[in-house]
Amino acid sequence: MTSPDSTAVSCHGIRKSFGTGDTKIDVLRGIHFEAHRGEMTFLVGPSGCGKTTLISVIAGLLDPSEGKVSIFGQQLAKMTSRDQILFRRKNLGFVFQQYNLLPALTAAENAAVPLLAAGVNRSTAVKRSKEILDRLGMASRADNYPRTLSGGQQQRVALARALVHEPRLIICDEPTAALDHKSGESVMELLATSAVHPDRAVVVVTHDNRVFHFADRITHMEDGIITHTEQNPKLQAA
Amino acid sequence: MNFIALRMLISDRAKYFGLIFAFAFSTFLLLNQISIFCGIMQRTGSQILDVTDADVWVMDPYTEYFEQTKALKDTDLTRVRGVQGVDYAVRLFKGNPIARTIEGKFASTFTIGVDDSTLIGAPRKMALGRWENLREANSIILDRAGYALLYPGQPLELGRVLELNDHKARLVGISDASAPFVSFPVIHARYSEALHFQGQQRNQLGYVLVRAKPGISPENLARSIEAATALKARTTMEFVRDCIGYYLRNTGIPVNFGITIAIALVVGLAVAGQTFFLFTLDNLKQFGALKAIGVTNSRLVGMVVLQAATAGFVGFAFGSGMAALFFEVMSKQMATRGIILTWQVEAIVAALMTAVILFVSVISIRRVIVLEPASVFR
Repeated sequence: MTSPDSTAVSCHGIRKSFGTGDTKIDVLRGIHFEAHRGEMTFLVGPSGCGKTTLISVIAGLLDPSEGKVSIFGQQLAKMTSRDQILFRRKNLGFVFQQYNLLPALTAAENAAVPLLAAGVNRSTAVKRSKEILDRLGMASRADNYPRTLSGGQQQRVALARALVHEPRLIICDEPTAALDHKSGESVMELLATSAVHPDRAVVVVTHDNRVFHFADRITHMEDGIITHTEQNPKLQAA
Repeated sequence: MNFIALRMLISDRAKYFGLIFAFAFSTFLLLNQISIFCGIMQRTGSQILDVTDADVWVMDPYTEYFEQTKALKDTDLTRVRGVQGVDYAVRLFKGNPIARTIEGKFASTFTIGVDDSTLIGAPRKMALGRWENLREANSIILDRAGYALLYPGQPLELGRVLELNDHKARLVGISDASAPFVSFPVIHARYSEALHFQGQQRNQLGYVLVRAKPGISPENLARSIEAATALKARTTMEFVRDCIGYYLRNTGIPVNFGITIAIALVVGLAVAGQTFFLFTLDNLKQFGALKAIGVTNSRLVGMVVLQAATAGFVGFAFGSGMAALFFEVMSKQMATRGIILTWQVEAIVAALMTAVILFVSVISIRRVIVLEPASVFR
């Protein structure tokens, strides 16, 4: 069992609807979800079950219609929108399905974006991002532009971008969906070795069952609700 | 983040050059049309500005612009001289006799007769010869553009003879007179001889040129002359403004240029605005990612404004360069001499382009502000 203070993400009774009247769609229908420090939590389920909406709510990118979200004990709803942005900038790292790298920037500059957004000067930020890229085996491609990188390499740059400012929560949206099996496996290995940290939680949305073995905990979603959560046996044994 | 904004801007070369072209073309058109308009309007008063020896012009009370003269009586000159504050007052004749060369080429002219004894009103900018040579009998000074019209392709040469109303006049100087509104040759002669060139009429005194005594303001002197003589008296600049005002009110020139200037602005707003808007739309995903990562709206607005301002500034610089080159070439042409690009027009167009940049920024900023950062997950 995990102790209560190890909770990184806590969602209680989250509901989220889009539209009104006859066109109203309930995407999340009373979600209770937790993610813990030092763990990689997978959020899995069929397309359209609400996984992406849930991580948008967790990240503070969408406001829930009902319910309470706490990240490291802080309720996002009680923050001003500016404080939410600053909180997100400091504490969250993102890995997107389509990488979302800026094509005009080199790999190192892309990875440095969170530091630049926080006001770190360019040379310091790029130096730091190069160190992370080196750890991810991308040192030789640090000065390449995204168009010259393979999908797997681009996702590593995206991972470096998610890690560079040492956030306490990393949210990954289908990080292997655009990759072949080998590249996907490689990216997940890097995620498991580089991102997971005793003081950090990683939440991964995926429906790629080939990488489920990387999870410490798997939460299954269906039709806007969480059906069940299963723990990795090795974690249970511990 | 500024370098990210600039990299995003220039990385899509096609759109970047499209934006610069739109801003440059709009700038060029605005500078070009406003400068030509101002140049043409200034020509309506150019003969007034060329006279540097007088502060006040006295004329018939119903005169509205320089070309429209109703002769004064010779006694009016004496009355003006009697007004307190007048240092000196001299006659000026203006007529339009036809000049004919020995070879047979002819043209209507713009002939100005200056005071015989003082030569006040004679051209001071000379291309060849001296204006003082007007004191010689049967002498005239012809402007350079008139010379080119009457003696096409021939080098400037003094001593040539022109026939004006059966009177032979010898060329003693070639002036650099400012271009008049109509493209007639400008001839300067002494008053007494200019009357013969025109043909005798009862009254021929077009204007009285007045210099104010030291310490007397031309404006006050003009009002004193009007009060004392019931004639119309205008300072040089007042008279120039009268002429410009007359042409603005009574010709289609402002409407014509106004339409072109409006089109240039529309091109700037529509083409640059649309291109920049499309550029922003193409980059929405990137802005969304930055938003999700934690870049504030105000910082994103700053990035968009920086992109628009950079493209606008580079376009403005190119457009100004093209306009400067255009006017450098055109100012050397006889027909378009005197039409130049002034800093005032540059300043006006810079202000207009700033408004265009703000407009294109605002329509793009709106899309960036309302963009949901959650869209990056879709």
